[in-house]
Amino acid sequence: MPTLDIRDLTVNYAVKGGTLQALAPVKLTMRDGDFVVALGASGCGKTTLLNCIAGFLPPSTGQILLDGRPIVGPGADRGVVFQKHALMPWLNVRDNVALGLRLNGVDKAARDRIAQDKLGLVGLEKYAERAVYELSGGMQQRVGIARALASDPAVLLMDEPMGALDAFTRESVQEILLHAWAQSNKMVFFITHSVEEALFLATRLIVMSPSPGRISHVYDDVRFSRQFLEHGDARKVKSEPEFIRMREEVLAIIHHREVAHA
Amino acid sequence: MPDAVAPAAVTPASTSGGAAAPMKTSKFRVPGEGNSATISVVTVVVLIVLWALVTNLGWVKPLFLPKPQAVFQQFVEYLTGAANDKPLWQHFVASMFRVFLAFALACVTAIPIGIAMGMSRVVRGIFDPPLEFYRPLPPLAYLPLIIIWFGIDELPKVLLIFLSCFAPLALAARAGMRSASQEQINAAYSMGASYWQVIRHVILPSALPDILIGMRIAIGFGWTTLVAAEMVAANVGLGQMVLNASNFLRTDIVIMGIVVIGVVAYMFDLLMRWVERRLVPWKGRM
Repeated sequence: MPTLDIRDLTVNYAVKGGTLQALAPVKLTMRDGDFVVALGASGCGKTTLLNCIAGFLPPSTGQILLDGRPIVGPGADRGVVFQKHALMPWLNVRDNVALGLRLNGVDKAARDRIAQDKLGLVGLEKYAERAVYELSGGMQQRVGIARALASDPAVLLMDEPMGALDAFTRESVQEILLHAWAQSNKMVFFITHSVEEALFLATRLIVMSPSPGRISHVYDDVRFSRQFLEHGDARKVKSEPEFIRMREEVLAIIHHREVAHA
Repeated sequence: MPDAVAPAAVTPASTSGGAAAPMKTSKFRVPGEGNSATISVVTVVVLIVLWALVTNLGWVKPLFLPKPQAVFQQFVEYLTGAANDKPLWQHFVASMFRVFLAFALACVTAIPIGIAMGMSRVVRGIFDPPLEFYRPLPPLAYLPLIIIWFGIDELPKVLLIFLSCFAPLALAARAGMRSASQEQINAAYSMGASYWQVIRHVILPSALPDILIGMRIAIGFGWTTLVAAEMVAANVGLGQMVLNASNFLRTDIVIMGIVVIGVVAYMFDLLMRWVERRLVPWKGRM
């Protein structure tokens, strides 16, 4: 059973006249089926943390272990969904989803089958032949999710994937994402600055705060995503008193922090 | 716009094309939008009519500007071989051979070197100074050296055109290597791509629009260098034909040669634009 173990990770950036501490020591352990959402204002180090897990950025100190092996660079065991979809416009939708498999030498018939399957997960099976630049922003982001799932990674890393979507598209992509996650039961590390989105998606919510970036609060065992998957009614989940109470509580934490640092 | 929003337009009308009149459509305005082909045709016609007018009315002496019919007559004579020179097709074939051989050689050398310059600081360090040094030099300035070093055969002619194509192509390919976004590169790495796979599957495809633009610019430089190249003891070629005619003050032949070169170059540019639309339909759309 795959686990992701972040041990005393720190990241410092060299800036003019010294160093900037982007991440104070971070400890975090994730297991299969965990949907960890990192919530926080800009500058709290959440994207830095994701870049370290993805292997794009080497840690300054500490290490990240995936199944006991330290992460030394990017790899197909960690799928990434970007804020801007980062699709390849010269490939059609199916070939975009299948790109990772192609890079790893999977033959065409097999990778087309897998790509079609993943497109089905995000509700885009009818768009396989289309050019990606013909799709709407929400559809492009769903292609990005399908692409990240296609290589069957142990972890799915998502850096504000809904950031560029409008509120309605955002809600429908959230639901599609939860269904896809429930079917694959993968570890997900998801970044957002929307409290509502964080509570709706997370099984574990970590609140991060800036200067230096660190995890300030952890909510284990957030149950709203499971509730949604049971009855499929997002509005019902989001209008429950418990949801609203937590939303206000988390908002209070964030605003308090921001005021304190203003 | 008075009736831009007719009541019919807001109903969920059939897109399946009923018997009704075509629905009015809306679109955003962009500066410079619209088709300019008709205007271009009118411009060309007006210029030719003006030319015919001023020459046929005798406002300009034929030595300075010959009549269009005289130019056309030269074209026909050269085509049929009635002229006191080699027939047009021989000049044409000789020049095509030089320009396209030089262009093809430039493509197979400059594009890989430009790509390597984008990828490697060593290659960039080696090629940047010579390239940037010779690029702004007029070909006529180093033509004597080329003749002294390489003689007066086909080689110096092709080499001169090659050099004028090389720099814009290399620079375009080098710039194109920066076109891929960091997200696209990271995405490929996170799908398990190796360094070479990132180059092959991300960097190179995204450089293609720039390379195609570089090819269009390069062939343009190639045509402009043609006459200079054929100053080198050529006895056949469109440039040589023009030069030779100018020695005898035959402006009708000069203009005929210029028009032939211009039309051929324009045709090739249209072909390149078509290739561009086919190869990179996504350009500027992501």
